[in-house]
Amino acid sequence: MEQYLELLFKDYTLQIITVGTAVLGALCGVLGSFAVLRKQSLLGDAISHASLPGIALVFLILGVKDNNGLLLGALASGLISAVFIKGIISKTHLKSDTALGIVLSTFFGFGMLLLTYIQKLPNANQSGLEKYLFGQAATLLASDVWLMVAITTISVAIVLLFWKEFKIVLFDADYTLTLGFNVKWVDTLITSLIVVAIIMGLQTVGVVLMSAMLLAPAAAARQWTNSLATMVFLAGLFGAISGVVGTAISASANHLATGPVIVLIATGFVVFSFVFSPIRGLLFKQIKLWKNRNDLKLMKTLSFMYEIVKTHDNISHPHKIQLLNNFQGYTKKSLKKLQSEDLILLNKSNWSLTEKGYQVAKNLYSHQES
Amino acid sequence: MNAQIEIQIILSLVAIACAIPGVFLVLRKMSLISDAISHSILPGIVVGFFITQDLASPLLILMATLTGVVTVVLVEYIQKTGLVKEDTAIGLVFPSLFSIGVILISRNAGDVHLDVDAVLLGEVAFAPFDRWMWNETDMGPKSLWMMGTVLLLILTLLLLFYKELKVATFDAGLAASMGFVPMAIHYGLMTVASITTVGAFDAIGAVLVVAFMIVPAACIYLLTDNLKKLLIYSSVLAVVCSLVGYWFASVWDTSIAGTIASVLGLVFFIIYLTAPGKGYFSQWYKEKQQKTEVALLVFLLHLANHDEEQERNINHLQEHINWGAQRAKKVLKLANQNNMIAIENDIISLTNKGLDFTKQAIAYISDNKNSELEGVKQRFFLFRG
Repeated sequence: MEQYLELLFKDYTLQIITVGTAVLGALCGVLGSFAVLRKQSLLGDAISHASLPGIALVFLILGVKDNNGLLLGALASGLISAVFIKGIISKTHLKSDTALGIVLSTFFGFGMLLLTYIQKLPNANQSGLEKYLFGQAATLLASDVWLMVAITTISVAIVLLFWKEFKIVLFDADYTLTLGFNVKWVDTLITSLIVVAIIMGLQTVGVVLMSAMLLAPAAAARQWTNSLATMVFLAGLFGAISGVVGTAISASANHLATGPVIVLIATGFVVFSFVFSPIRGLLFKQIKLWKNRNDLKLMKTLSFMYEIVKTHDNISHPHKIQLLNNFQGYTKKSLKKLQSEDLILLNKSNWSLTEKGYQVAKNLYSHQES
Repeated sequence: MNAQIEIQIILSLVAIACAIPGVFLVLRKMSLISDAISHSILPGIVVGFFITQDLASPLLILMATLTGVVTVVLVEYIQKTGLVKEDTAIGLVFPSLFSIGVILISRNAGDVHLDVDAVLLGEVAFAPFDRWMWNETDMGPKSLWMMGTVLLLILTLLLLFYKELKVATFDAGLAASMGFVPMAIHYGLMTVASITTVGAFDAIGAVLVVAFMIVPAACIYLLTDNLKKLLIYSSVLAVVCSLVGYWFASVWDTSIAGTIASVLGLVFFIIYLTAPGKGYFSQWYKEKQQKTEVALLVFLLHLANHDEEQERNINHLQEHINWGAQRAKKVLKLANQNNMIAIENDIISLTNKGLDFTKQAIAYISDNKNSELEGVKQRFFLFRG
């Protein structure tokens, strides 16, 4: 750890990469929140795969490995694929999963065709193209990172500017339409922003893992809140932390690709959130289940006592604990619990209902009836 | 046997073996499970490869298939918790498993001759070189035998459980009430999809397995609704596209799997545009026709609602219903052709037939039953006179 910090202060390249992955993680988290809530989680996967032919075509036409040019090609091809996906879903009876699968695989296949064609060309200088498949954070240059910072700033500004529109389209598109908003336009804007973020991340985490970059922080953030603003903020934070921590781990160990490590860290956030989130988490749900089950047992014991007591004139008349043996649900602990809640009184081997306990037990059933 | 023919046989086997489970994946709206499986088998392959050092060994295939099934189980578990939607569950599971695979490979880069590229992209051109020697006799390429076995397994299972698969796919509730276990059929299908993916990855690569599975089924699904035809024609289409793609790839000297996927994509695009009844053009035409029908209805209702001659003047109508001249003329012509209206001195009135049609249309609108409008249209021979 100390070694890494020392390295971070000295090594300019590491600083650049860290900033890059942090910014990328933050932007992916922010935009991923919209993708997850719009049920477009796998759109990212399809678009990142579909960007390959764009990259290859730009290289084929321009013959140079100019980074920004390649990114523009990827962007164009990503947007075209998004249009295709929409066209297939809206015009045919094929469902969105099939549309995504078709576009993802055929675009990627076409990209493969072009890439292998390029490799056979005499001026093949394509070694760098493969980094888009798996991503190589180590190849990030300062200029790349500045571009990422600029894109992120613009995207976040757009999100803030159109916050109201994004939010309302997200939760009730039909209502938005009746209010006179141009839903189609807002829709296109969100999708385009997501495509831009995906393309930006290709170089760092690669085609395959890009979808996780988009989803994981948002899915983790979703577990902690029901408010969109908090979710977007948390997702951005989780994304950035995943980027920084992932870069740190892969920098301090040999032979560890950055992309997969970042994705695993982000997945770690998801697992942690799934289990420990106080609102929706699995652990708390389980605890609640146990608690409910115990409460039910206590109330059953109480109502059994009530059935015995109600035939007597004096409700506080003590009864032997053995009387309860017909009823399997009680333990010493549960009786003590009932006493601590002032529902019964224990006296050596006798128990008696208190006034409060009598009323509670009486109302148990009347509640159900009403 | 010459290598070219061997490659083509292997490709045809892969194509059919992928197309058949693909049909069910498309019908069950689980196309992307194939994408998830194809990526997440990586750690299984890596661990299997560490142990066996052979990409075609049965142990490796078993481990990779298990990883595929584990993926499905994980996705379903996450889905059942209700914490995220199904697509998010898929998107979370496979990249993390894939990451584990990549890290496993890169940590042991020195000891293993296994490339992520090899798994992700595959290369069928090398398949004929990896031969199965038995008692010093050359039995042919290993992947030929492997894919043959996988295909035989798939066909056997398909024939044995065709009825169950069919019912469970189209009506899971009915299947359960008939005593089939939809869950067993589901996991059986998922296991078959995993086996196929694992068998096919080193020929065509994990990503393009998705193309082989989904695209033929999607193409044919735009042309027919019949399950038997879907299965047969998807397989035929897959084989034809594979062979065409193979020959293009040899001419251009490009990636075989990539070229086949491109051919598949092109075929899908053509069918998507032109499929009768379900394609882009016919949908576009249908929507246009519906627009005209609605316009005609509005027009006739307007006539039925107004007795005043001024309201029914041919020149007044255009501005009254707020249509462009082109549209108004078209609707007028259609109504006239169908003998719904009569024009006298530029005054339009409904004929008896028009009156009848309008009455039934109003009845339809107040009931809003789709089937009834179809009946009304049939009775009045709309768009035919």
